[in-house]
Amino acid sequence: MTLEQAKFEYLLRLGDSSLIIGHRLSEWCGHGPILEEDIALINIALDFVGNATSLLTYAAQVEGKGRTEDDLAYLRNERDYRNLLLTEQPNGDYAMTIARQFLYDVYTYFLYEELKNSKDETIAAIAVKSHKEITYHLRHTTEWMYRLGDGTEESHQRLQNGLNELWMFTSDLFDMDEVDAILIKAGIAPDLNKIKEAWEKRVKEVVAEATLQLPTSIAKQKGSREGKHTEHLGYLLAEMQYLPRTYPTAKW
Amino acid sequence: MEDSKKIEEFEAKIAAGQKIEPKDWMPEAYRKQLIRMMSQHAHSEIVGMLPEGNWITRAPSLRRKAILLAKVQDEAGHGLYLYSATETLGIDRTELLSQLHTGKAKYSSIFNYPTLTWADIGAIGWLVDGAAIMNQTALARGSYGPYSRAMVRICKEESFHNRQGYEIMMHLAQGTPEQKEMAQDALNRWWWPAIMMLGPSDDQSPNSEQLMRWKVKMESNDAIRQRFIDRTVPQAEFIGLTIPDKDLKFDAATGHYTHGPINWEEFFEVIKGNGPCNAKRLKARTDADKKGRWVREAAVAYAAKREKEKLIA
Repeated sequence: MTLEQAKFEYLLRLGDSSLIIGHRLSEWCGHGPILEEDIALINIALDFVGNATSLLTYAAQVEGKGRTEDDLAYLRNERDYRNLLLTEQPNGDYAMTIARQFLYDVYTYFLYEELKNSKDETIAAIAVKSHKEITYHLRHTTEWMYRLGDGTEESHQRLQNGLNELWMFTSDLFDMDEVDAILIKAGIAPDLNKIKEAWEKRVKEVVAEATLQLPTSIAKQKGSREGKHTEHLGYLLAEMQYLPRTYPTAKW
Repeated sequence: MEDSKKIEEFEAKIAAGQKIEPKDWMPEAYRKQLIRMMSQHAHSEIVGMLPEGNWITRAPSLRRKAILLAKVQDEAGHGLYLYSATETLGIDRTELLSQLHTGKAKYSSIFNYPTLTWADIGAIGWLVDGAAIMNQTALARGSYGPYSRAMVRICKEESFHNRQGYEIMMHLAQGTPEQKEMAQDALNRWWWPAIMMLGPSDDQSPNSEQLMRWKVKMESNDAIRQRFIDRTVPQAEFIGLTIPDKDLKFDAATGHYTHGPINWEEFFEVIKGNGPCNAKRLKARTDADKKGRWVREAAVAYAAKREKEKLIA
């Protein structure tokens, strides 16, 4: 695998995760628990779509085959998608959405902090912009972890259920392969073991402060690096991609 | 006698072009009418998120998706802003929302129509926001300070929404034959509802002279409707779409378009709750309210615990 190939693959991993979790958050639009949260979730979804656009635009450029960011988003199939399994999980109730977002925000917070120092200037520039946004996202989800965890008995139970259910997908966040090895060596991407340490520490702290229990189940599910997804992704893409696929010659 | 003197002062202020502010004295009828109008406007923003939100996950490009998200976010923001402005009249948001949920308060009739294709997103921005701007630029000159200032700000964002809608339509109209058909179909379905959303014609809507004098209402429905038609017809022609009104004619003598008969029966049916999506829209809102209750309760409980800790410490 060449450096360029590894970079392309890595950009898809980052970009697809943003796109898919942004899609999930946008499903809340108009249905949130309170107007302020509708606004917050749409805003965060918008950040993710923007971030995905930057990353996929750069991915298309690195690939050099004349594809555009929209080709990558709208014309790739399930098995070619590289988003983390966590990001495609359905919204569930508000606690499930907050649990998913919290686990992901802590991850991107530390990951993008490292990516700011990437030797690839474009990735570093995207990371600088995104990290500012992620800092807000994490603050938002952390506050909701506290509110729901230490709110009422019902909210506590719901959030605990959410965490328990999603925990199995967290090992996927730190799965590394040849792509990572090449990019770590080139100083372009960080070692995910390092991110994992910081992630575990922060997750533990917040979970404890929120009076919740860290799930005891073993997180074993992996597969996003090879495009082995859960059954949810196919439906999501069918919905997202239907217009460009139905009208292949149309421009929008 | 005291009241008649107060009314005199109140009216003099308005006549002099001054704004009425929340703590100023105002007649009860003025307060009630404003609560009705402003909350109806706020509800329209919130319910209006639903037909457009319907297409966010299916927007055909990343750029279109981002623009639509930003637009719907603006609408949620307008809703919040307008609820806050309405609260200055001494009623709180919970009460206003409960009026929406029980059907006591109305929202714009237009949002009871379905968004069936992507072109509907273009049509809403172009026609619905276009019509709304006509109404709102007039209201920006209204007498109640918080509402008129809200209108100034909202109109700025609405004109961006209007342009993006027209741009979607332009792309479709210049696109493949299927896209053009999609655009024409959307125009066919949204034209008359957009015409009607500006309210009953003047002979059916006895605009009290008082509301005009109090600058709660600034212009008659028909006058606003005429301005909307005059502005929109050339835009349709420019992109090669046909307004679905065979009686539409330009009258060179007056410089205005004349239009065919409006199906007011349909309008009043939709207002009564019998439009295609009334039940669906209201259910989406009440469901969100019910499903969100435990979240709001948790936030309140958490805040109370922190408050208690502060007292102990």
